[in-house]
Amino acid sequence: MSVSPLVCVKRVVDATSEVVLTEDAQGVDGRYAGFTTSAHEECAVELAVRIAADGGAATVMTLGDDDAVEQLRAALAVGCAAATHVVADPQAFGPADVAREIAAVVRDHEAAGTPHELVLLGNDAADTGDFQVGIRLAYELGWPVVNGVNTVTVADGEVTATGSGPDGHETFRLPLPAVVTVLEGGVEPRYPSVPGRMKAKKAPIEERRPTADPVGPSRVRLVLPPPSPSTVQVLGEGPASAPAVVDLFEQLGVLAR
Amino acid sequence: MIVVLVEVTPAGEVVETSREAMTFARDLAAAGGGVPIDAVVVGHPDDALVGTLASYGARRVHALTGPAYESFSGAAWAAGLMAVRERAGAVVVTAAGTARGNEVLAHVAARSGLPMAANVVSFSSLSPFTVTRQVVGGAALEEMSLSQRPAIFTLAGHAVEATPAATAGAGELVVETPDVADADLLARVVSTEEPEPDLSGTLKSARVVVGAGRGAGSAEGFDDLLELAELLDASLGVSRVVTSLGWRPHHEQVGQTGSRISPDLYIPCGISGAIQHWAGCSSAKVILAINTDPDAPMVTKATHAVIGDLHEIIPAVNAEIRRRRG
Ligand SMILES: Cc1cc2nc3c(=O)[nH]c(=O)nc-3n(C[C@H](O)[C@H](O)[C@H](O)COP(=O)(O)OP(=O)(O)OC[C@H]3O[C@@H](n4cnc5c(N)ncnc54)[C@H](O)[C@@H]3O)c2cc1C
Repeated sequence: MSVSPLVCVKRVVDATSEVVLTEDAQGVDGRYAGFTTSAHEECAVELAVRIAADGGAATVMTLGDDDAVEQLRAALAVGCAAATHVVADPQAFGPADVAREIAAVVRDHEAAGTPHELVLLGNDAADTGDFQVGIRLAYELGWPVVNGVNTVTVADGEVTATGSGPDGHETFRLPLPAVVTVLEGGVEPRYPSVPGRMKAKKAPIEERRPTADPVGPSRVRLVLPPPSPSTVQVLGEGPASAPAVVDLFEQLGVLAR
Repeated sequence: MIVVLVEVTPAGEVVETSREAMTFARDLAAAGGGVPIDAVVVGHPDDALVGTLASYGARRVHALTGPAYESFSGAAWAAGLMAVRERAGAVVVTAAGTARGNEVLAHVAARSGLPMAANVVSFSSLSPFTVTRQVVGGAALEEMSLSQRPAIFTLAGHAVEATPAATAGAGELVVETPDVADADLLARVVSTEEPEPDLSGTLKSARVVVGAGRGAGSAEGFDDLLELAELLDASLGVSRVVTSLGWRPHHEQVGQTGSRISPDLYIPCGISGAIQHWAGCSSAKVILAINTDPDAPMVTKATHAVIGDLHEIIPAVNAEIRRRRG
């Protein structure tokens, strides 16, 4: 049986360097940092493409502003066959709002004759870290959900998913249709090929509007933690600092033998 | 009343982060005029476990037992937790911000149609109930309002220090077998294997870790770093760039999505110190950063630093170690 998963991605600020807040303190300003797809979702995309390789087609979706098309095209370039864009300001949407919009896409695609038996999401978004969208989606759809897994395979109408739990490596088995949230670490996301990138540039993207006004997140405001003062002791520059480094090792007692 | 979901190790002990959650619940209870705290555990606790929870201020310990709770299902745990909370009329439901804690409380929030705050570090006001939580991997904080009841949140690891209460709670054990719908058991653990003896185990417990990031340059660029690790009897820990480029295996990754390490000495070489990496190494006692960029976050946050090219510095350090050893 072939499965055509839906995989959900989010355009997030690439917070690898300094984080700057927007003026209204309601979001992170990405103008300097740039944007990316969260690491967990890159793995979810990879899993969706692998699952669809068995005769299905993976659809990628996002709820985001116009620029989020970049994240959709990145997923199309690595093998997703179709893309859906719910055009909206993601900052105005709380986890329950996003879950409702994903559920609406699932229902509409089913009504259009292209059902998704499986929805893959990241375990938590790199920016808001809410840990809820996948679970809220499962309740919207009335489907079972597993969380924070690294590998997902589908066979005979069943999902097998594995991840690391508090007591060891856990295996979950659940019937389709199902929701799965993915943690980085089980698969290596592939790099887009040149033809993949070319194809993604031209691929059509289904554009939609949200089905309802958002309730919004329960955010009051964002704040930055106070920077901790630097107390670094510079031992030197270049290879000439080797004796000072080894002195430190001796002082810390890590050189003993 | 406050209900705290408490996690227990296979050896039957309360996990550290759950003791932190009990401690935080007590602060909240005190601010609220001394409301009682009930702990919820899955499985049948022994007297020692009930005693520990009492010493952390638990008035009651509710034990969720029965076939539905024998293997983990987020929905089933949430159903049990909600049954306890409804009967007790709790105004707060909380847990440690672990994978389990966040998952089960997200189920509770979804079932209740209420917001949830993940990874809270403090609360600033009771009315309206306002919490502060970590977002963007800890690089920013969010103030969030939880004005509806019950307020549902998880506590970030090490946001508070676990300390027993000045006066112990009664610690009355209540064994519960709440009903769980079949639908809530569809996604449950079918098997658990002992973790493979992979090398991240040694990484997590290593006294010294040599770190390497994009600055290593290539898979071949690790030779000198591996030699340093050998000379110091250290483990190798790498940044995510290194694993995504396929230079080293994933189990060597340190950070938010890799291992969290707390060695006596961490030597990050050619690692910028992005917040997600820092999340995994900030508990190192001493950090010696080696980087070409004196303004790299890893350098400014380190205890010691050497500025320059790791490919020149590491061979010189290795030679110096060999020279001193004679
Ligand atoms: C959701 C999410 C989860 C993540 N989880 C993790 C995680 O668990 N672990 C993790 O590490 N990252 C994680 N990241 C990625 C993280 O944001 C950074 O991209 C990554 O840590 C950067 O790796 P790096 O420091 O090796 O590379 P870069 O940021 O490219 O830094 C390279 C550094 O090396 C220095 N350098 C270059 N050449 C030399 C040389 N010859 N000698 C000395 N110094 C040199 C440069 O000055 C620079 O400081 C995550 C990101 C996201 C979004």
